[in-house]
Amino acid sequence: MGKTLAEKIIGSHAQKEVTAGEIVLVPVDVCLTQDGTGPLAIRQLQKINLEKAANPKKTVLFLDHAAPSPRRELANDHITIRKFAEKTGACLSEVGEGVCHQIISESYLNPGDILIGADSHTCTGGALCAFSTGMGSTDVAVGLALGKTWLRVPETFKVEVNGKFPPGVYPKDLILHLIGMIGADGATYKALEFCGDTIKKMSMSGRLTLSNMAVEAGAKAGLIASDETTKKFLQAQGRGSKFKKITADKDAVYERVIEIDASKLVPAVAFPHTVDNIKPISEAKGIKIDQVFIGTCTNGRLEDLKIATEIIKGKKKHPKTRMIIVPASKAVFLDAIKAGYIKTLVEFGATIMAPGCGPCVGVHEGILGDGEACLATMNRNFKGRMGNTEGFIYLASPATAAVTAIKGEIADPRGFFTKKKPVKKTAKKKKR
Amino acid sequence: MSMIGKAWKFGDDISTDLIAPGRLFHLRSNLPELAKHVLEDADPQFAGKMQTGDFVVGGNNFGCGSSREHAPTIIKLSGVSAVLAKSFARIFYRNSINVGLPALICDTDKIEQGDELEVDLGQGTVVNKTKNLTLSFAPLPPAMIKILNDGGLLAHIEKHGGFKLD
Repeated sequence: MGKTLAEKIIGSHAQKEVTAGEIVLVPVDVCLTQDGTGPLAIRQLQKINLEKAANPKKTVLFLDHAAPSPRRELANDHITIRKFAEKTGACLSEVGEGVCHQIISESYLNPGDILIGADSHTCTGGALCAFSTGMGSTDVAVGLALGKTWLRVPETFKVEVNGKFPPGVYPKDLILHLIGMIGADGATYKALEFCGDTIKKMSMSGRLTLSNMAVEAGAKAGLIASDETTKKFLQAQGRGSKFKKITADKDAVYERVIEIDASKLVPAVAFPHTVDNIKPISEAKGIKIDQVFIGTCTNGRLEDLKIATEIIKGKKKHPKTRMIIVPASKAVFLDAIKAGYIKTLVEFGATIMAPGCGPCVGVHEGILGDGEACLATMNRNFKGRMGNTEGFIYLASPATAAVTAIKGEIADPRGFFTKKKPVKKTAKKKKR
Repeated sequence: MSMIGKAWKFGDDISTDLIAPGRLFHLRSNLPELAKHVLEDADPQFAGKMQTGDFVVGGNNFGCGSSREHAPTIIKLSGVSAVLAKSFARIFYRNSINVGLPALICDTDKIEQGDELEVDLGQGTVVNKTKNLTLSFAPLPPAMIKILNDGGLLAHIEKHGGFKLD
């Protein structure tokens, strides 16, 4: 019987053939915690005298959620994490290095790996064809100390996407569309496997966006077969030798197959207060927005900043709308500086924050005021998410976010692309 | 083991942000203090009025969102004996068992705010004494029963010196 990506990766670790539904004990290749979950993980290990890391070079402790620390209590949590790293030899990703999922993809994770992380968006790593899943502090604590965890092999939903995205429509719109279609618990306990022509042609940046949001449909993992794009990404990070081609078998057994035609998609917006409250941009247009936020593990990569910069270049920010930009990592930040995006964004009126989670978790750097609305490229819009239950969060692509910052209300990025074509032609003529 | 208490009814998609909000991130290393705010953003009355032994009763997708284990931990710390829901988000479910908080899947449409419930973990039943109804809940996977019976994951590891799920 053919195997899904999840069955193949888990099976290779369990050293036997596994099938959906089985519970297995497996070695873990990479473990991560962040500053919201790390201190509890550490205290748990201290309780049972197990303060160690089985594989310190692949155990990464991040300071990204409340970094730089906005409060004394959190600064003290950071001290706890730094001490643990020192004691165990585990890797420490300091303030300003970036969001855990971005750094894990850039520097630690390889195809075929199993990654467990004390952060729900650990599923981001599925884009590299690594079985990556979020767990709680105690599970990850035990996993990092013993180098093992238990997993139930998940059933898989195959999400086959074909066709070309229309201009102004992006992987973010695709994943929002999918979540709207199957619901916030539509894939609970399942793995999603993204495939089809659209995925084959998609950049690693776009793939990371898709896998990142798998958990917003309840999924345990969001996997993508490794291919030339994966190989090139790893080569660019200096890990070309770690490439491994992993594909699902043609006769793999899927619980459900979902087909999506990318050419028919429109920009999507998740309305407050659930991620599956998806509406097409036509129904969102005109909603006044106080704050636009571009960043996070979902959409804080160079490609995202490029899209936003190209849209806002030469335009004026709406005077009543704030704009916050948080590059997902130091590498992204440096590349964005080199490419001139940061200068353009600052001139436009954006506030640039240190690489990290920014205002996504509601701890700092852009907490909403009562009744305020934010359009963000993040992955969650739960009530209270940005630090205030009286705030309203809309989720969309970086392109939608950029046009919204210009208009001061939710706007359709497709208009930008249709208008831009003649401008390009005149520019070429001038050059001649 | 039988547990008796009152039902506190919540809706669908109760996120871990509603249970243990991000704005209280700084209390995560002070769990007794954080527990005073448990579920505050879903029902501001709950933390002050619930009695030890009461049940949290949700709809679909209870505990969705962030992996923060602090959410089930403060529900347990506040004295709740079990969480009942039509369905649970995956990480919350696993975390609940790890911290020794029973998370039971049953038809919670048959339970209303204030109903008196008697839950028998061994029998797999929820008796709604107010409505004179008996509901059954889905059994936990055997691996999770082992962890729960040992008193949570940490106790399980300590007892066996590692995983012993067979």
